[in-house]
Amino acid sequence: MEELLNVLEKNSRLNEEQLAVMLDKSTDEIKSQIRELENSNTILGYRTLINWEKTSKESVTALIEVRITPQRDLGFDKVAERIYRFPQVKACYLMSGGFDLTVVVEGKTMKEVALFVSEKLAPIDGVLSTATHFILKKFKESGVVFEKKEDDDREALVL
Amino acid sequence: MNVADMVLPKIKNLPPSGIRKYFDLLSEMKDAISLGVGEPDFVTPWRVREEGIFSLEKGHTHYSPNAGYIALREEISNYLNRKYNFNYNPSDQVLVTVGASEGIDLALRALVGEGDEVIFPEPSFVAYMGCIKVSGAKPVVINLNEREQFKLTAEQLSNALTERTKVVILPFPNNPTGAVLEEKDLREIVNVLKDKDVIIISDEIYSELTYGQKHVSIASFKEVADKTIVINGFSKAFAMTGWRLGYACGHPAIIDAMKKIHQYAIMCAPTTAQYAAIEALKSCDEEVSNMVKEYNRRRRVLVDALNKMGLDCFEPKGAFYVFPSIKKTGLSSDEFCERLLKEYKVLMVPGEAFGACGAGYVRATYANSMENILEALERIKKFINTL
Repeated sequence: MEELLNVLEKNSRLNEEQLAVMLDKSTDEIKSQIRELENSNTILGYRTLINWEKTSKESVTALIEVRITPQRDLGFDKVAERIYRFPQVKACYLMSGGFDLTVVVEGKTMKEVALFVSEKLAPIDGVLSTATHFILKKFKESGVVFEKKEDDDREALVL
Repeated sequence: MNVADMVLPKIKNLPPSGIRKYFDLLSEMKDAISLGVGEPDFVTPWRVREEGIFSLEKGHTHYSPNAGYIALREEISNYLNRKYNFNYNPSDQVLVTVGASEGIDLALRALVGEGDEVIFPEPSFVAYMGCIKVSGAKPVVINLNEREQFKLTAEQLSNALTERTKVVILPFPNNPTGAVLEEKDLREIVNVLKDKDVIIISDEIYSELTYGQKHVSIASFKEVADKTIVINGFSKAFAMTGWRLGYACGHPAIIDAMKKIHQYAIMCAPTTAQYAAIEALKSCDEEVSNMVKEYNRRRRVLVDALNKMGLDCFEPKGAFYVFPSIKKTGLSSDEFCERLLKEYKVLMVPGEAFGACGAGYVRATYANSMENILEALERIKKFINTL
């Protein structure tokens, strides 16, 4: 199972036949394993990693530190939910350390993100403070380096 | 004076590489996929490279002791103990060399000369024949065959032994076939060699790259431990080919003899590489295991696809090569490879490059990305369909 997930995490475009050969399983076994992983929400989806900076799309990403007051019985979950339900929020993590949530927000412009924080995020009940950090350049994401891949500089023929 | 005549006849007569024309063909091509590279496609793990850089920053740019830094020899000894249960004393049983290749050359130069015979199997790595000829000894080739899964059998070995045999080279896991010797195969070989005055050079450079079973070394058999030189290195396991670092382990008398030649010819292995290698041995188990898993997936893809297109492919259990038979195509290995390269831009190596008995086979490496392998397989399939 773990190897199947490792392989799919790197390349979700491999089909069941290819996966079966690679992992020394039958195609049916792979199919049923994938179905099981999907049903249990272990596999949450299949996506493409895109470097949007290569396109003309305007986009900025901010990492926002949020401090909140935990609620009795609910802890941080309820406030977190109010935050992560906004489609502008791409990721939301409960943190250890000096603040409580890391919220990743994406927008077209810095102004748009700033407005989102001041109008939507900061006023939520239980949010004590926010600190917004804009991402200036992505070097690496999900284990992938954004710059051009290093060329294969090996000699083409080595015995 | 004719300068060319000054070259020793045994050197002059070393055969030139039979694959030179492929280099020429390749140099004119842009988008060829090479399955002809005998080295990992992975780059050395960053933590290892970083350690090399750090050693340079600290100014470790001098010679090391001839045998290599003791810290590295200790790590090698620990690693071999952890992996294969060997107990080599780092002070006099481990020699750090410039790649495993130097270890092979040193061992042969220390042990054999005119009048001696060296037995080794083919198909195999091209350097054995060359090094034996340079040493002046007589090469005695045992032809391996697919029927026996390209294993060296005790019977073949027994038939090849003469009173002049001084060294037997065991190159397993094997380049180019991917064959391995299992414990029971080795047991039989041990029975043949245990009472003979013969030294075994066990070239185990691919020992980390085995699939479905762990590598077993002939040096783990007590009866022949003292007469075995284990040759290994960092190139294949840790993707460190360009660092040029290997090691030889064995009886102190032999290691000492090899060290003398090493000391006069080389002085010591590169210092930066030695610092990096310590890190590799200490903390790269996970990186190595991930590389092995990826090789294994590619291996299955290649073997499965080649068999499906009618190129009978024996299942290799080690290294990173497949060695399919192309006899059914009616072409010679050389014709097959030349046409495949010219018409479909995929490079494989004719089996003859690894010994005459490699005729009818080709070597393809899976030390290439899955993406390239899948594309190469598409092209090979198209080529086969035109035949």
